[in-house]
Amino acid sequence: MSQALVRYAPLALVALAWELVARLGLVSSAALPPLSKVVVAWIGLLQSGDLVAAAAASLYRGGAGLALAIAFGAALGIAMAWWRPANAFMSPLVEMFYPMPKSALIPVTVIWLGFGDGSKILLIFLGCMLPVTLGAFNGARSSDRVLVWSARSMGASRIRMLWDVVVPSAMPEMLNGVRTALALSFILLVSSELIVSRQGLGYLIGYLGADGAYEPMFAVVLTVAFLGFAADRLYMLVVRRVMAWRD
Amino acid sequence: MAQIEIDRVRHLYRPPRGKPVLALEDISLEVREREFLALLGPSGCGKSTLLYLIGGFLPVEGGRIAIDGKAIAGPGPDRGIVFQHFALFPWKTVRGNILYGLERQGMPRAEREKRAQDFIDLVGLTGFEDSFPSHLSGGMKQRTAIARTLAFDPKILLMDEPFGALDAQTRHLMQMELLGIWQRTPKTVIFVTHDVQEAVYLADRVAVMSARPGRIKAMVDTRFDKNDKGIFRAKPFVDKVDELWNLVRDEAIKAQDARIGGSGS
Repeated sequence: MSQALVRYAPLALVALAWELVARLGLVSSAALPPLSKVVVAWIGLLQSGDLVAAAAASLYRGGAGLALAIAFGAALGIAMAWWRPANAFMSPLVEMFYPMPKSALIPVTVIWLGFGDGSKILLIFLGCMLPVTLGAFNGARSSDRVLVWSARSMGASRIRMLWDVVVPSAMPEMLNGVRTALALSFILLVSSELIVSRQGLGYLIGYLGADGAYEPMFAVVLTVAFLGFAADRLYMLVVRRVMAWRD
Repeated sequence: MAQIEIDRVRHLYRPPRGKPVLALEDISLEVREREFLALLGPSGCGKSTLLYLIGGFLPVEGGRIAIDGKAIAGPGPDRGIVFQHFALFPWKTVRGNILYGLERQGMPRAEREKRAQDFIDLVGLTGFEDSFPSHLSGGMKQRTAIARTLAFDPKILLMDEPFGALDAQTRHLMQMELLGIWQRTPKTVIFVTHDVQEAVYLADRVAVMSARPGRIKAMVDTRFDKNDKGIFRAKPFVDKVDELWNLVRDEAIKAQDARIGGSGS
């Protein structure tokens, strides 16, 4: 616990500097309202229920999009690693699509699915799938052939062997891909909500900013930052559990 | 009739880049039921490749390999294999690894739990059932791998330099244990090694292979009383090791020359 305190001490220093800079009038309170006022605004948002509703909407979209991305991404990566036709067909598409900034798809998904949850989920699905696919692909391709042979000689069918050997072999690299996807999902979620949405944390940031309500706006920005951080920590905790056999 | 018939098998090794290399040429060999046969040869002579062909892991492209008169088609639980680097599933515990083959054969739960425990006890890993392979020593990993293969009771045991990655003391202990297990539960064993003394000590018969392309250069009978404690100093044993060592040495030199000559071309 005390270790964590020392580790995150720089954050406390930044918070202190923030408060001082704003209080001493070194920057205008529109550009950076004092942290204490932001915290007060945050409590207000929490009590009004706006923040919880927005966060619930955003987490639903992010969670659904990410879940789809992981399921399809992993299946695609493993299929590409173990079935030549899948690789031949998909790898040029993956190569084309991978470096593309997925935020360019925001208007496209809106045209297809409108302003609601569907377009956000589709965007996050499309944007987060490829890091998972590449992780699963590289991991599956590096499966040790003697493990594959061992499973086969103990009576595992080909399909069974994929599940019992290739999937766990791919796991470490795939989980790295999922971590990247998790970070990407927040980026896509907030930016799409900022641009086209009537709900969610991104929408709330845009709405409050346009209204000149800078203190609550900063409160929502901090909330997004904290949720991203918490999601990553939680994810790493799960990964350590799943990968307990590795150390 | 021989249990394993290998008839004029040849095999081309196709590297990802470059020309195919003839790895095995005209290998013919018969192995009787419950015989312990060692495949001895210099590194790169294709002895492991031959073992993988028998295991069904590589396709037989030239010649024929049959078990009990039937040509093999792919891997199967009638042939268990133990690899040099153990090939344990790193995400499964000792128990999980040993249970795997039994699950795949559809053995009922209570029965397979009991059988797994019997084999854990047999190889002296009691107390380590729930350890992951990454927490075990090399010797313990290989005991686990041997237990995993013995547990599903294959009639043929294929061993690919199983003690090659172990230190000398552990290796000797494992050799004695393997002999003990083999004497109690007789199986046909094909054992790949480049260690002459190991081959003479363990096997009934040693097939000496030539440098690449691998051929059977000689078949040598190596039946001794394996339970004799002084066997390693007994004259017939020492003479047999010498005889085989002379056969292998020429091939090892040839293999080395081929590597040195080959690197320039």
